[in-house]
Amino acid sequence: MKKLKSIETRYMEDRSRFFHDLKNLDRRSFLKVSAAAMGAAVASGVIPSGSFQSVSVAQGNAASGGSAAFRFAYISDSHLYEKKINDRFVRSLLRAVEDVNNLDPQPDFVFYGGDLAQLGQPRELELGAQILKNVKAPMKMMVGEHDWYFDLGQKWRQMFGEPTYSWDHKGIHMVTLNSVVERDFWTARGLTPMQRMMTVAGLDNGVQSPFSVGEEQRQWLRKDLAAYADETPLIVFSHSPLYKLYKKWNFWTDDADEVQAILKRFKQVVVIHGHTHQLLTNRIGNIHFHGMLSTAWPWPYAPEGMPELTIEMNRPDPFNPNDGCGDGQVHVHADGLVDKVYNLWNRGPITVSKAYTASWGRQSVPPMPNRASY
Amino acid sequence: MRKISIVSQVGFVLLYIACVSMATILAGCSKEVEVTTCDGTGRAMVAKNATGQALADGLMDQWKRDHPDRDWVTGEKERHELKPPADNSALLEGGQAQGHTYGQHDKRDLLVWARETEKFALEGSRIFHSSELLGSTVAVSCDMCHPHAANTHPETYPKFQTQLGRVVLLRDMINWCIEQPVRGKRLEPDDPAMRALEAYIMAQRSGTVMNYGKH
Repeated sequence: MKKLKSIETRYMEDRSRFFHDLKNLDRRSFLKVSAAAMGAAVASGVIPSGSFQSVSVAQGNAASGGSAAFRFAYISDSHLYEKKINDRFVRSLLRAVEDVNNLDPQPDFVFYGGDLAQLGQPRELELGAQILKNVKAPMKMMVGEHDWYFDLGQKWRQMFGEPTYSWDHKGIHMVTLNSVVERDFWTARGLTPMQRMMTVAGLDNGVQSPFSVGEEQRQWLRKDLAAYADETPLIVFSHSPLYKLYKKWNFWTDDADEVQAILKRFKQVVVIHGHTHQLLTNRIGNIHFHGMLSTAWPWPYAPEGMPELTIEMNRPDPFNPNDGCGDGQVHVHADGLVDKVYNLWNRGPITVSKAYTASWGRQSVPPMPNRASY
Repeated sequence: MRKISIVSQVGFVLLYIACVSMATILAGCSKEVEVTTCDGTGRAMVAKNATGQALADGLMDQWKRDHPDRDWVTGEKERHELKPPADNSALLEGGQAQGHTYGQHDKRDLLVWARETEKFALEGSRIFHSSELLGSTVAVSCDMCHPHAANTHPETYPKFQTQLGRVVLLRDMINWCIEQPVRGKRLEPDDPAMRALEAYIMAQRSGTVMNYGKH
């Protein structure tokens, strides 16, 4: 007779097997382990097996037509705890790494959108780095508030370098900012590093201060861009959206207006941001904004102030832990505008094309959701 | 011999000091009085001629040191914004008969109701935002998916939860979340934590139209 096991027992068995394999993870054994993790998840009914289909991310040209000058992939907001505490988020990041490694042809690079760690613990960042080491394409890292506020970036810097940097890629100027600079709210309150981190880690925690880029980085940005002509296509990466959407959840950058003013003279600017864990599209003048999906969990939409261009994704199904989560790609056209692919794990990929934002939402409208979000 | 005598001399000196201290205390006793805080947890000996204010301040300081979480309501409210309870000030505007339950209340009563109700919901907020209080084995708390209790839609229950194949109440879904993503132990329906969680979630949807059965 088949022995019956409780959900908890099966879960704990899966978990210990998974970490046993993870212990000596290197690039060669990575695929094997992540496939096993996926297999276990499917077997336990966590992921419907049909969702394997979505691993082959939408290929070829997106709705706008024309060929992209190049393509990069993104992974964001994995919120890793130490593996002994929580393996679900670890599995999700492994799945994202597998996704981007399966892209054929390979993307020019893979951009990490911040919040690799949940509580900025050195071990969380180390675990994240260990997993991201398996990405075949070159990695570019961005910092999020969850990575930063335990030791104010000490460990992150040591592992990944300075959080603010720029580079040129195939005629596009790329800039990565640290947009999660908070005013010192901890000294006067006498908070410990962990209390400070826990405060920032709560999206709805009102004790923390709003995010900002800050004068120092704005100076740096002005200097960095000084050498570039107005026609240079620009892609800016920031963890928080570089506009003011919803202050109470820090879907917000306090000095967004000042940063936008610096970007104003450029003909085409694309901002790719993390933090919001959802399909999010906006355009302010010459600046086109796209959000990134999280591998860990989806956020609800802000209760007010939603940008008109955003077509909200369907309300995620809590009974499928992967629903509303995912990774994606960015097809960059020669003019610097992008087709943004949201690779939703439990659904078909959704492309928000260059034509959509360029026409202020009149053309190439992405599929509308058939469920309202609450 | 010499060594022993030194030791005994030291012993004598120590004994002498102790005696003097005892004497001082005994002498002071008549001038001091023991004061306790009204909750019986704080206790202090103070000079009889101390002023009332100094006495109260001293006791208060001690009580504060002993109760670092004394102001949790203010702290919780500051951390996690809570929608205010309904405004009942209309009750103060006459027109109701004497003896009626809502006929004889003043401002203070309304304040007590609001504070007590808010405190009940804030206790829920505290649990909602703490993986430890929820008993999570994977460090997950409710706010990680539901900031400010967003996307909890308590007004839609009872409803037929298709994934479970039965009609459920809000508390069933709270328990589902506690068992699944939070990986903790389900709460009894009348568990104080369950009552507080329900209170917080419903408080945050204040003003929403009840719409049971909505998907």
